[in-house]
Amino acid sequence: MNPATATLRAGWSRGLIELRQSFTNGAELFSHFLWPGLMLAVMFFIRDMSFGTSGLLLGALALPSILGMNAATVMISMSQQLTADREDGTLLRAKATPHGMPAYLVGKVISVSGGLVADLAIFLVPGLLIVEGLAIGLGSWPALAWVLALGLLATLPLGAVLGSAFASARAQGLIQLPFLAVIGISGIFYPITALPEWLQAIAQIFPIYWMGLGVRSALLPDSAAAVEIGESWRHLETVGVLGAWAVLGLLLAPVLLRRMARGESGSGVAARRERALQRIG
Amino acid sequence: MTSSEQVALDVDGLRMRYGSADVLHDVTFRAHHGEVLALLGPNGAGKTTTIEILEGFRTRSQGRVEVLGTDPEHGDERWRARLGVVLQSWRDHGKWRVREFLAHLGTYYAPYATPEIPRPWNPDELIETVGLTEHAGKKLRTLSGGQRRRLDVAIGLVGRPELLFLDEPTAAFDPQARREFHDLMRRLVGAGQTTVLLTTHDLDEAEKLADRILVLDGGRIIADGTAAELARRIAGLDEVRWSRGGQRFVETTGDSTRFARELFTRFGDDVQELEIHRASLEQTYLTLVRQAETPEDALR
Repeated sequence: MNPATATLRAGWSRGLIELRQSFTNGAELFSHFLWPGLMLAVMFFIRDMSFGTSGLLLGALALPSILGMNAATVMISMSQQLTADREDGTLLRAKATPHGMPAYLVGKVISVSGGLVADLAIFLVPGLLIVEGLAIGLGSWPALAWVLALGLLATLPLGAVLGSAFASARAQGLIQLPFLAVIGISGIFYPITALPEWLQAIAQIFPIYWMGLGVRSALLPDSAAAVEIGESWRHLETVGVLGAWAVLGLLLAPVLLRRMARGESGSGVAARRERALQRIG
Repeated sequence: MTSSEQVALDVDGLRMRYGSADVLHDVTFRAHHGEVLALLGPNGAGKTTTIEILEGFRTRSQGRVEVLGTDPEHGDERWRARLGVVLQSWRDHGKWRVREFLAHLGTYYAPYATPEIPRPWNPDELIETVGLTEHAGKKLRTLSGGQRRRLDVAIGLVGRPELLFLDEPTAAFDPQARREFHDLMRRLVGAGQTTVLLTTHDLDEAEKLADRILVLDGGRIIADGTAAELARRIAGLDEVRWSRGGQRFVETTGDSTRFARELFTRFGDDVQELEIHRASLEQTYLTLVRQAETPEDALR
């Protein structure tokens, strides 16, 4: 077996093992169900409300938007896991192992995106029973698949960039604030056209809005495009913005990851642990 | 096998500078294949810095370093596969289980198996060797300190390394765990297949495990030799204690045997409770470190 195949295979099995771990321990299992559960509760309460005079139900608008938003959160999980793995020496272990770093990354991509697919299903399946007004046909699934795939390509490398640029767990906490703010203006729980135009402009810079829009285009009837900006699903723009983020992330991530990996050493991990203990104590 | 092949570690004029402070001044030593070398020194002597440079985790400031014939700064994955690394404290992969983790890590080494060295080590055999069989199904974070350390060694060995680095393997161990660990290490390295470089600030450990001891202090190798050679090189003083007529006496001397003979010649049966304490390696080591530190103190 040549090293490249062995690396991919090791990364693949690493990803599956991590995935299994995250669905077989109580705390993580709880968090896999907590957010979808809360979101489903929201869906339940807004299912009969309609948006303005459009005749569209808020629940039908929000369900695909929340799916898109959930997909964007892989950025945060990627970033947090990198930081945590750096603090406890998992990255250093990868560095001490032949082909450990690429296998680690392959494993991470598989476990994070696999976890996402599971989380999406946990939310979508009961969601379909609660919400009316979706238009799901045979064409919906491939459409959903390309939006999610492109979305992951845009957000996973970005997560790796954030994870390698902001090393401490504390910095990781701070990253979540702007992320939540962007969610707030990205038309997830209420159509973005209700916001002032300058806020709309800001929201359209980031991937979250476009991932929500893309999933809405896959799961809603075409008439629902009426409440979108430009009254269109804007597929070209979606591909353009998400593609641009993907290129940016894929260019930056290897450079930053390599720089981070180069700096890892046993005494570095030990020093970080000292600092972390001091914070607690 | 060429002569350069027989040298597993070749360090010449290694310097390490952080800002304006030199941590390593001029570290020079060699290790031959199959040799167990202890890098002994007080805390802050530069042991970890040295070992991290050799592991390829840290970029040196100056000097020539060859590890298994390769400069660690340019070591590729094939080179990496021939090394085992046990750091001071690992707490990674806490959610993984012992056997699962060793079996997984082993797969990374499989492409580097050779007819002479089958890689990786069978996980069940390895677990048995380090005495973790009954904990094979446990998660790493539930292991005790001593168990975790034995697992770390197993991880360092899973690729059947030609060279194993052990950084402070028994720091924070109780005496019982330390003795068990020493037994384990002697079993593992006894075959002489693996070259080992271990750092320790515990002289007793260096003496028990190593074929040769390098004393590192203040960023310099101040002594290099077997435990016996070191003790001989520094003529430590023996201590002679005796009592005569109810009074106790203590005398330090370079030649205790002769001293005792003269004592009996002079006082005969009056000499009682005779004790002779040979110069211990510990005293030798303390003398060495003191001598090495004195000129620097004088400069301050």
